[in-house]
Amino acid sequence: MARYLSVVEEPYRATIEEQDDTAVWFTHAMRNAGAEVTLLLRGDAVAYAAPGQDARGLRFGAREVKMAPEIDQDLAALMARGVTVYVVSEDATDRGLREGGLIPGVEHVARAHVARLFADHDRVLHW
Amino acid sequence: MPTVTIGLMDPPYESSNTVTGLRIIDAALRKGHQVNVFLYEGAVALGFAEQKPHANPVKGKTVEEFDHPNPKEWVAALFELARTSGVKLDWINCGLCVDERGVDKQVEGARRGSPADFWKLAEASQGFLFIATR
Repeated sequence: MARYLSVVEEPYRATIEEQDDTAVWFTHAMRNAGAEVTLLLRGDAVAYAAPGQDARGLRFGAREVKMAPEIDQDLAALMARGVTVYVVSEDATDRGLREGGLIPGVEHVARAHVARLFADHDRVLHW
Repeated sequence: MPTVTIGLMDPPYESSNTVTGLRIIDAALRKGHQVNVFLYEGAVALGFAEQKPHANPVKGKTVEEFDHPNPKEWVAALFELARTSGVKLDWINCGLCVDERGVDKQVEGARRGSPADFWKLAEASQGFLFIATR
């Protein structure tokens, strides 16, 4: 069975409308179907690993958005399904995210080692 | 009150620009402005009346539990907000863009137009913003 690497680089594309991130959701659905898949957050997407983001309270007219996205919880659920989640260390540091300030279980990978991570997988999805 | 003309271009479920644009429209209506909205290219699908909410099998939630919002509901809610606020919301879809995508069944209040309509509305407005696709 091929090993897949799902690389998320463009976050928050439509997370309010979807109530989750489409790439993370797709990765989770692949895993649920039996795929062997790893998730890599790079660029601005490393922010997904910051705990406690709160997108509640949005409404248009009288239509309230009741199920706000909780991407950190979605990542935790993904890891609970056996998916390893990486963030690129330098991308997190550049954005002021300290190593201990991310949700538990997320692994760091140095930018210089991202190529090796690609090489360790058979197929790459770049979102 | 000044009139505001806003252009949107991104299709639903693809960009945070959609929510940003709709929030600006909501805020302008609440402040009592008349708002013209011109929908170009994929944005014409925002008011497509046949959008359907779905369940979320990954999260194990039913349609009711997930309460999945369709942008058409947000558009309808903005029309209702305009009505109750006593201001006008003009929602103009690029007609050719609608035809290309087959999304001619729209929420009540939406109408067809062209870039020429957009230009005329913009000329008559004191506020102007066009959020283009990137």
